[in-house]
Amino acid sequence: MIYQGKQKIWSDYQKEIPDNHWFYVRSCIRQNFWPASEKYFLVICRDMLGRDIFESEHHTTCGGIAYHCDTIPQETAMTIVARQFALMTEAGYENLVTSCITSFGNYAEIIETWREFPELEARIREDLWKACRREFKVPKYLAHASDLIYKYRGEIAERAKFHLVDKQTGEPLKIVEHIGCHYSKMFPHKGVGGAEYPCVLSGMVDAWGGEVIDYPERRHCCGYGFRQYHVKANRGYSMSNTYKKFESMEPYHPDAIVTNCPGCPFFLDRWQYVIAEQEGKTYGPDGHGIPALTYEELAGLVLGVDPWDLGLQVHQVGPELLLDKMGVPYDPAHKYDGLDEKALKKPGLPNVLKCC
Amino acid sequence: MDFGFRLSPSSAVDLDKVNLALYDRLAELDPGIRTCIGCGSCSATCTSSAYSGMSVRKVLLALQRGRMQDVEKMLSNCMLCGKCTMVCPRGINTRRLILNACRLYDNVEEEV
Ligand code: SF4
Ligand code: SF4
Repeated sequence: MIYQGKQKIWSDYQKEIPDNHWFYVRSCIRQNFWPASEKYFLVICRDMLGRDIFESEHHTTCGGIAYHCDTIPQETAMTIVARQFALMTEAGYENLVTSCITSFGNYAEIIETWREFPELEARIREDLWKACRREFKVPKYLAHASDLIYKYRGEIAERAKFHLVDKQTGEPLKIVEHIGCHYSKMFPHKGVGGAEYPCVLSGMVDAWGGEVIDYPERRHCCGYGFRQYHVKANRGYSMSNTYKKFESMEPYHPDAIVTNCPGCPFFLDRWQYVIAEQEGKTYGPDGHGIPALTYEELAGLVLGVDPWDLGLQVHQVGPELLLDKMGVPYDPAHKYDGLDEKALKKPGLPNVLKCC
Repeated sequence: MDFGFRLSPSSAVDLDKVNLALYDRLAELDPGIRTCIGCGSCSATCTSSAYSGMSVRKVLLALQRGRMQDVEKMLSNCMLCGKCTMVCPRGINTRRLILNACRLYDNVEEEV
């Protein structure tokens, strides 16, 4: 195939991501599980890279989890989302960036549904007006927060204090990337690289010096699957999916996992503890696990942010081995210090999984 | 520790671990079986299939996955009428495959 032809085909897999002026909506899961990741998304984009990212204190959940758990109808989720769009319109923005893959999928599905069924959009506009006297424009561009970090990956690499490289050997670190099903499996054209070659995370890993591992179950679900986890009777199935991924990546000895969705780092992190307790199996070196990080945590480490400010202490799998390999300094005595050095409660240690 | 849930048993087939001796020997006797496209014409035409679960397509798949118990059960339901051979688009002599499998089955099963 001629080179230009390849370029043309690859261009179909690209996504237009405006460089600046975004209205930011947070993730209800991430605010609870990984609050520092959302904070550092703003710190990196706004303070370090000088972009305009606006956030309104009036925005709410997108309703995505409830929708995917079948506890609310899509029309309810649509009205919630319409209100977020109204806040964006009132603030004078046209580009919406979401902090969560579930939200991203939810927003994308709603925008596509309205495109197919304009009468439904008209009804939701009416409902929103009756409920809170608000009007909205549909965003011109919809992006996930990782799309922006991907777009700025070169600028981050220029400012990098540490690289995804083993300090001792000079070899690139082996990184597993996990995209999150709702990023590009539902609407392939909405994700960078589409459903076949999603490169939003692998692009970051490449830019920051790491090596992406291509393992058999790379595109398999993290195991969350909404009802699989939320219904306790199905929880073994949720964990089995994660187990399948770990068994598949184990022979490649990954140094870390970088994830896109709020649920993925949670399950890829916490199930390592449960699998270790139940099966006695661990996947890192010498009884340790494989740290599962968010892309902001990885970007933060590369930019030289203190690991405890990034919230790495709230992960089940300790990040210390990764930090040592990258040469990132940290003070173990301050691991469980919160904001303004307020002592966080120190967690108990697992029986099997080594955490530090 | 009891969490109230456990890993579900996996249905994955690890092709590095299963016993493919019977399939390999059958392919040696009749290399044509490797050309099966799994279309299911043989199963669709099989008189026995409707009430016994016999399916040449499934037999071949089970052989390729080393699932001997499934093969044995299905083979015992074949009437050797040969209808499946007449419809196979790849020209596989399915009746001979079944006969060969029955002849070899006991020997190979001892190795399993
Ligand atoms: S030979 Fe056996 S498998 Fe083939 S059609 Fe007849 S009964 Fe079915
Ligand atoms: S008809 Fe032939 S090709 Fe089709 S499944 Fe049966 S053996 Fe295979």
